[in-house]
Amino acid sequence: MSTKASRSAARLMLAPAVILLLAWMLVPLTMTLIFSFQRFLPLRGGFQGWVGFENYARFVGSSAFWPAVQTTVLIVGGVLLITVVLGILLALLLDQPMWGQGIVRILVIAPFFVMPTVTGLVWKNMFMDPNNGLLAHLWRFFGGDPVVWLSDVPVFSIILIVSWQWLPFATLILLTAIQSLDSEQLEAAEMDGAPVLSRFWHIILPHLSRAITIVILIQTIFLLAIFAKIFVTTQGSFGTRTLTYLIYQRVLESQNVGLGSAGGIYAVILANIFALFLMRIVGKNLDR
Amino acid sequence: MARTVTAQRKAINTAVAWVIGILIFFPILWTILTSFKTEAQAIADPPVWFFFDWTLENYRVVQERSNYSRFLWNSIIIAGGSTALGMLVAIPAAWSMAFVPSNQTKNILLWMLSTKMLPAVGVLYPIYLIFIQLGLLDSRFGLTIVIMLINLPIMVWMLYTYFKEIPGEILEAARMDGAGLREEILFVLTPMAIPGIASTVLLNIILAWNEAFWTLNLTAARAAPLTAFIASYSSPEGLFYAKLSAASTMAIAPILILGWFSQKQLVRGLTFGAVK
Repeated sequence: MSTKASRSAARLMLAPAVILLLAWMLVPLTMTLIFSFQRFLPLRGGFQGWVGFENYARFVGSSAFWPAVQTTVLIVGGVLLITVVLGILLALLLDQPMWGQGIVRILVIAPFFVMPTVTGLVWKNMFMDPNNGLLAHLWRFFGGDPVVWLSDVPVFSIILIVSWQWLPFATLILLTAIQSLDSEQLEAAEMDGAPVLSRFWHIILPHLSRAITIVILIQTIFLLAIFAKIFVTTQGSFGTRTLTYLIYQRVLESQNVGLGSAGGIYAVILANIFALFLMRIVGKNLDR
Repeated sequence: MARTVTAQRKAINTAVAWVIGILIFFPILWTILTSFKTEAQAIADPPVWFFFDWTLENYRVVQERSNYSRFLWNSIIIAGGSTALGMLVAIPAAWSMAFVPSNQTKNILLWMLSTKMLPAVGVLYPIYLIFIQLGLLDSRFGLTIVIMLINLPIMVWMLYTYFKEIPGEILEAARMDGAGLREEILFVLTPMAIPGIASTVLLNIILAWNEAFWTLNLTAARAAPLTAFIASYSSPEGLFYAKLSAASTMAIAPILILGWFSQKQLVRGLTFGAVK
């Protein structure tokens, strides 16, 4: 029922957002793309000519590349596994009738609101420090030798820290999805005498599948980009250098902009693969 | 519909859930407790729990030695400013797409979402360079703009899903009664849109407050917000757990409180309306 006038007004209202986002996306991305074909070292002579795809080959060929890919896959995969599995269990638990449900919910989701630098430093010092950390106290209490978390099991430690932060996100979304489940269907199954496990397997899990997919996709996109927690804990040492961190080091620490930009383009492509799947689901949702 | 369960089952649920809840919350609790200890008590083995001489000394020291309030002020300006600016742009955009949809609306929405997926590290150097050229490095203004831009897609999306829920019939009824576009917006839509706008503001403040890629990379001393201030504790001198705890507690307390109010909105905002 929109008139021509309201249509052009609507366009005018939409324009600032579109123009801003277009500029935010196109300008820096184009620059990264251009840099990626250059030999460009700002602190050592600046622009030194065009090199075609050399940076792309060198980035993948460097000895740091495959370990970084491995670390990235381990961290993203590990965190996804922990948060999704525990998130489902926790969401099922929180959906049960109990006393003080609201308070428990608040306790469980709180870690998500802690800023990443606090998360990293509190875990690194107050929990994982081999001398004064609480986990070291706990180990000694049981007569064990304290673990030097961030250098003995660095990737596992990072997975633990990141999972603590993201478990609330998975739990909250899965809980929201469970609560939208038709409880009559569950009760019917219960009355038919379907055992708990089969109710979970045949009714709850299929119902959750879309929410689980969304959790996985969104978390993957954010987890690929984790930066601050590594920045304040290991600075990428002890094999905790992810792709994101490697690119950051190439660009800002060693100021090899050409090489780092090629890495950046890889990161953009990688993120877009997951984004495409996510957008397909979100887009379907728009049509409904 | 409430399911009926035995009191015994409910008691077990309650016990298990509380134990897990406290376990997950424990690092935050421990940080808050430690912030009131002396440095010696903070590393005591066996740890001291509740029975120690509670002191506010750490809070005083953090404020005096590192001028905490300046970082706090920067956080407030950046989070508040980016949210306010973002809403100015996002509300009209979401509004027009929700109420005057065209056949491009869906594509525009999805495209906006795709800009959110852009990995920050992929555009780090260009932004850094642009900031140097424009003299924006280590300025609150520059950071406010960048953080506004990274959260703009979430704002538009979230507002869009809220506006979509406002029934179109109400608009038509208002038009029949002779309401013009201005009246329509002011008296009919705005009151219905306020809850959605408030939720979006809340979530956006949380996201902006905790943003820690651009704030770490684009600030030094002047414009550094709390995320960067806390990061300065990664190269400590001497005993510092109690002070780290005090600084951390102050940095997370306001957001924890806001966050608890916005649980539901968080789901909608971060899943782009795909889970409600």
